[in-house]
Amino acid sequence: MKSQQAANRPDNTAFTQQRLPAWQPMLSAHFVIPGFLLIGMAFIGIGVALYITSQNIQVLEKDYTGTGQYTACSECADMQTIPCICNVTFSLTTLFTGPVFLYYGLSNYYQNYRKYQVSRDDVQLWGDVTKSPADACAPYQYIDNKPIAPCGSIANSMFNDTFSLYQIINGTMKLVPLDGKGIAWWTDYNIKFRNPSAQGSLQDAFNGTMKPVNWSKPAYELNPSDMNDNGFLNQDFLVWMRTAALPDFQKLYRRITSGDYALGLPPGDYVLQIEYNYAVKDFGRKKVVFSNVTWMGGKNEFLGVAYIVVGSLCLVMSVVMLVVYAKYKFADENA
Amino acid sequence: DVIRPVNALCHLHEKRVGSRTICVGCRSSLTTEAFLQQAFCDNRIVSSKYTVWNFLPKNLFKQFRRIANFYFLIIFLVQVIVDTPTSPVTSGLPLFFVITVTAIKQGYEDWLRHKADNEVNKYLVTVVEDGQRVRKESEKIKVGDIVEVLEDLILLQSSRDDDTCFVTTASLDGESNHKTHYTVPDTEKEVELLNATIEFASVHIWYLPICVAVSACESLGPENLLLKGATLKNTKKIYGVAVYTGMETKMALNYQGKSQKRSAVEKSINAFLIVYLFLLVGKALVCTTLKYVWQSRPGERVQPGEIRTLGDMFTDFLSFMVLFNFIIPVSMYVTVEMQKFLGSFFITWDKDFFDTEIQEGALVNTSDLNEELGQVEYVFTDKTGTLTQNNMEFIECCIDGFQYKYRESQAELDGFSVTDGPIYKVQEKEMEDLFLRALCLCHTVQVKESQLAEVDGDQIDSISGAQCGFIASSPDEVALVKGAMKYGFTFLGLECKNMKILNRDNDVEVYELLHMLNFDPVRRRMSVIVKSKTGETLLFCKGADSSMFPRLRREEVDRIQVHVQRNAKEGYRTLCVAYKQLSTEVYVQVDASLREARLALEDREEKLAAAYNRVETGMTLIGATAVEDRLQEQAAETMEALQSAGMKVWVLTGDKMETAKSTCYASRLFQQGTELLELTVRTLEEGGRPREERLLQLLQEYRLYLLLPCVVYRSWSSAGQDYGLIVDGATLSLVLNASPETDSSRYKSLFLTICQSCTSVLCCRMAPLQKAQIVRMVKNSKGNPITLSVGDGANDVSMILEAHVGIGIKGKEGRQAVRNSDYAIHKLKHLKKLLLAHGHLYYVRIAHLVQYFFYKNLCFILPQFLYQFYCGYSQQPLYDAAYLTMYNINFTSMPILAYSLFEQHICIEILLDSPTLYRQMAKNALLRWGPFSYWTLLGIFHGLLFFFGAFFLFSNPALLSTGQVFGNWAFGTVVFTVLVFTVTLKLALDTRHWTWINHFVIWGSLSFYIVFSFFWGGIIWPFLEQQRLYFVFANMLSSVSAWLAIVLLILLSLLPEVLLLVLRRPRGPRVRQVPATTVSRYSDPFIPSLPAPSFLPLTFFFSFANSSSPPSPASSA
Repeated sequence: MKSQQAANRPDNTAFTQQRLPAWQPMLSAHFVIPGFLLIGMAFIGIGVALYITSQNIQVLEKDYTGTGQYTACSECADMQTIPCICNVTFSLTTLFTGPVFLYYGLSNYYQNYRKYQVSRDDVQLWGDVTKSPADACAPYQYIDNKPIAPCGSIANSMFNDTFSLYQIINGTMKLVPLDGKGIAWWTDYNIKFRNPSAQGSLQDAFNGTMKPVNWSKPAYELNPSDMNDNGFLNQDFLVWMRTAALPDFQKLYRRITSGDYALGLPPGDYVLQIEYNYAVKDFGRKKVVFSNVTWMGGKNEFLGVAYIVVGSLCLVMSVVMLVVYAKYKFADENA
Repeated sequence: DVIRPVNALCHLHEKRVGSRTICVGCRSSLTTEAFLQQAFCDNRIVSSKYTVWNFLPKNLFKQFRRIANFYFLIIFLVQVIVDTPTSPVTSGLPLFFVITVTAIKQGYEDWLRHKADNEVNKYLVTVVEDGQRVRKESEKIKVGDIVEVLEDLILLQSSRDDDTCFVTTASLDGESNHKTHYTVPDTEKEVELLNATIEFASVHIWYLPICVAVSACESLGPENLLLKGATLKNTKKIYGVAVYTGMETKMALNYQGKSQKRSAVEKSINAFLIVYLFLLVGKALVCTTLKYVWQSRPGERVQPGEIRTLGDMFTDFLSFMVLFNFIIPVSMYVTVEMQKFLGSFFITWDKDFFDTEIQEGALVNTSDLNEELGQVEYVFTDKTGTLTQNNMEFIECCIDGFQYKYRESQAELDGFSVTDGPIYKVQEKEMEDLFLRALCLCHTVQVKESQLAEVDGDQIDSISGAQCGFIASSPDEVALVKGAMKYGFTFLGLECKNMKILNRDNDVEVYELLHMLNFDPVRRRMSVIVKSKTGETLLFCKGADSSMFPRLRREEVDRIQVHVQRNAKEGYRTLCVAYKQLSTEVYVQVDASLREARLALEDREEKLAAAYNRVETGMTLIGATAVEDRLQEQAAETMEALQSAGMKVWVLTGDKMETAKSTCYASRLFQQGTELLELTVRTLEEGGRPREERLLQLLQEYRLYLLLPCVVYRSWSSAGQDYGLIVDGATLSLVLNASPETDSSRYKSLFLTICQSCTSVLCCRMAPLQKAQIVRMVKNSKGNPITLSVGDGANDVSMILEAHVGIGIKGKEGRQAVRNSDYAIHKLKHLKKLLLAHGHLYYVRIAHLVQYFFYKNLCFILPQFLYQFYCGYSQQPLYDAAYLTMYNINFTSMPILAYSLFEQHICIEILLDSPTLYRQMAKNALLRWGPFSYWTLLGIFHGLLFFFGAFFLFSNPALLSTGQVFGNWAFGTVVFTVLVFTVTLKLALDTRHWTWINHFVIWGSLSFYIVFSFFWGGIIWPFLEQQRLYFVFANMLSSVSAWLAIVLLILLSLLPEVLLLVLRRPRGPRVRQVPATTVSRYSDPFIPSLPAPSFLPLTFFFSFANSSSPPSPASSA
């Protein structure tokens, strides 16, 4: 009898009786108004800091598509002579604080187009060029039944304009050394991408593969000046392979970190010599961007402004709440 | 070949289609073709739906018949076939998960059924086979076997000497009285050698045995048929022929056919689903169109090999559909189902519903209707056993016009006390004795044998102590017999058709029971014909006054009628007792006609009724009894609470008007101030005009009466005046089935309008079917209000099944109502907590669950849609496949499930204290288009914010302090991180009741997201084609700008929510005050109900206005 009673009787626990101890937060005005004030002030503070930082970032943009309003490199725009070299000159009146970063920018360029975006083979890029390239690479999968390495649309369309910067000192052109290291993610360079391994040189490793159709040089000769910057581990290639989020984007090209220019570009006249190979004039534009970088990255006024706006909003709301609440409480006490 | 001539004898039903002929004991000897055709099913009880072999295909088929599952299957197939942006895994995995969970649940339930079946099927029974007794497993019994007990069988042999056995059918129809069944004559001796056939005739689907043929055709009747599920009482063992086995037994047949009820919430879900489906198709269409517009613009680079044909367009459309399909949440169904299933445990676990007497808690038969409990607008309640305890107590009687009342306190020898009449006059004494003898004889009560056995002839005194020793189908009868016992006449029992009575002088009187004219609801009376020792043949009859008075000699009636009416008014159940002396000649006639009727093969019922009616005439009224049916515990409080919760309570009873009315007064459904409108036969006959005309006139009068003042002084009139309506069965059938020439719908709508303006309605003299009719009428009236029926007896089953929610009370009238109900409770008072607390909470929980699910998927998919504008409409997914797959299953599913199980936005005590809170949820308040559009707008707002926040952040993708840039997957990860946090924190803001489980799942989900993202991005996964997220999350977190943007976006998304929460009237302490002071059922129903909490943001200034007005008349008073 006793055991049956125990069996049938519901457990009298806090859980079964829905009486678990519970925290019942009440977002009262006492708590929220100071909270809003605090958040508002903190946000305005952050916002101002962001805004000032962003304002202090120097940016120099040069569109060199060669068509339309910008005439720079117009001689190369028709793509008749290859290679076509053009010069973009600019002069700085103040010091362009270093380290200076050189970006190239493309607009109306859909690196995030799905079929473009999937057209790569991460296994191949991890160093396996012997296997057949992924089907996603088609139509840049094979040439004459030989696999393309690196295969796919992304690699094939790699940005191949090159830039060199000269400062004009007394009529002579002084080369500004551009540093191509550390422009790609560390993990991309060290883990995600690997060169195929072989007994001999990198060239042997790529033996039996074809270079992408649009490339003038095979992968292992991308950077003749630095043997470690070739193949799938070429930094420009890595940067290009990290597909951009939006159709107007910029990618890091070089950093100016060494020599006389480690502290920045001193005032003076400069010539940017461009080897113009990449045709975009049919659909978009290309530009080159000099910028310096802070803790928040490149210049972006959105964040600072947004923080200031939201912060002020919080302040305004806390004041409104205070007024309303005071009135309301007043009425409540009268009732 | 003996059988054929026998068959010919029973030619009556031989060739009837589907007739049943059973051969007993002839299995081994006979192979005649006549029996080959009759293949009876075996005795296996199969309640399970699946076997091991067909489980997978059958279950899958059933699951994919659900629209939602089918939709996801289609999406999955499209993904497999067409080149789509996301891999089939993204929709296949959730679908697989949902299907598996459901399959496991159903498989488990079926396993339980298998286990129960096996228990029954493997039970060992004794079977007579070839003249020997063999033990056999129950499932191997065949029709025609002679068995010891069990199955539906024809009784052959009983261990009792009088060839009878007693059974109770409590588990079949809930009647717990002992029923006597008789063995088939001539068969009781040699069971082993029996050789016979049994013929059946069809009576509605079910066959009744007609005759048994051994040597000659013997008539059989229901009294020979024992049904499976009955329990043998007072009989050691019996033998019988199995005539129905397995799934053909009446018990198995009874189990079938309970229609599925769907809740209003499900309808809302479906409506929202359609909206979202349109949204989905719309988005896909917009994107497809824009894609081709964009591509046909000159100068746009089109991927090589991309050709624009109609087929491509369709493929693109499908691709977009697949990309956006997450907007229809696959996991919502499984979450809703889990919420309902798990949530219903709180009802069974609730110790407030535990009844110490029966040792059982509440029972949940359908968990699908939990939230419907929070939506009830009409409550239909039975009276007897539901509002009242069905625990009868003999209160007083009236003999020959004098009232007698029993008072225990008085130490009079015989316990009699007379209130308004003399006692010991000789003539009075005679009448008294006659009355008490009538009470002792005219009933179907049985004495529990265990107690009888202890009593020897000498120690008769001791029996008076055995008070609980009576068993009867109706508690009234026990009350009457017990009442007679108090006055000195004790019924000792029925033995071999002899009824023994111990009279006041401790002498045993023996009466021979000649005939029992059973009670039935049409006649509303019963009689016995007995023969006393002195040779007198007497007929005693008792019954309802209305059915008795016409059959009595006029002169006595008036004196007693006064008492009867007064008693009825006080809420007592009254019966009149009459007698008649039958002379020998008359009795012979009566006897003959009764026997003839009883043996009739056709129309037995009608013939019997006619014979009864002939006998029960010209009787002499002796007196009347009054039996009190006590109100259930807290019945009045419960009813009051339900009414102030905005529910309209209708009492549907078969009782007479006066009794029912007094019960209504007692349970405070009608109050002193309530103005009663009557629509009864009495009021209809007043005008002297045809009933229908008078009915119409009355209806119109009442409607004007009820509606006019409301229009004129809206707020004034209704505050003070409640109306109650009383209808009786006859009038109701006039309303519902008005003759064709009159406009029946007009009656109905008039009647409905009147009913709806009354706070409570009493329908008396209802047949069970009429109860269901009323429920259906209200259910289908304008606005489709949610109805709830409460009942405890078999006569309430129809209305329990008809109403949206059926509640059975585990009462004295058996389990029929409980079995057909959706929820079963023990006491009426439990209804209050069930509706006001559980129902309210379940509704709020599920409403929030549904809205939240749509919301979170909208703001999940909207950025993906917006992204199409910036990726050339190329179906590029914004989020990684792992995020797409796991968003609904892992990252955001548990917090909402925990919320929907544990949330108490108002704690249970307050809900119980202030029933008015129930009104906030009335009419599906949280799932109407208003709240839905609020949630949708919120989702759109959040989606826009997430996307454009990240968009502007990425206007310069150089977000790292190293000057390096982010790509498209980092973009998606930023959006997704903001999304997961915002959606979870939004729920956290809505959570009013944080148990440790809520804390655990909310913070757990967020940490799981972070840990998973690190983990997912930390390894080169060999099975992935592309390592898209490799170190994206970690790199994103190394950017200060990304951090700041994420914090900003989360905060900005939640800002309006926080504001609303604060600016809405502070609820906590106020709610605690309001119920204590203001709630009264006279509070003005026209004051709009309080704005629903937390879901109607548009009203925040309104709520200021509301709250600044004086809160209550009580506090200002």
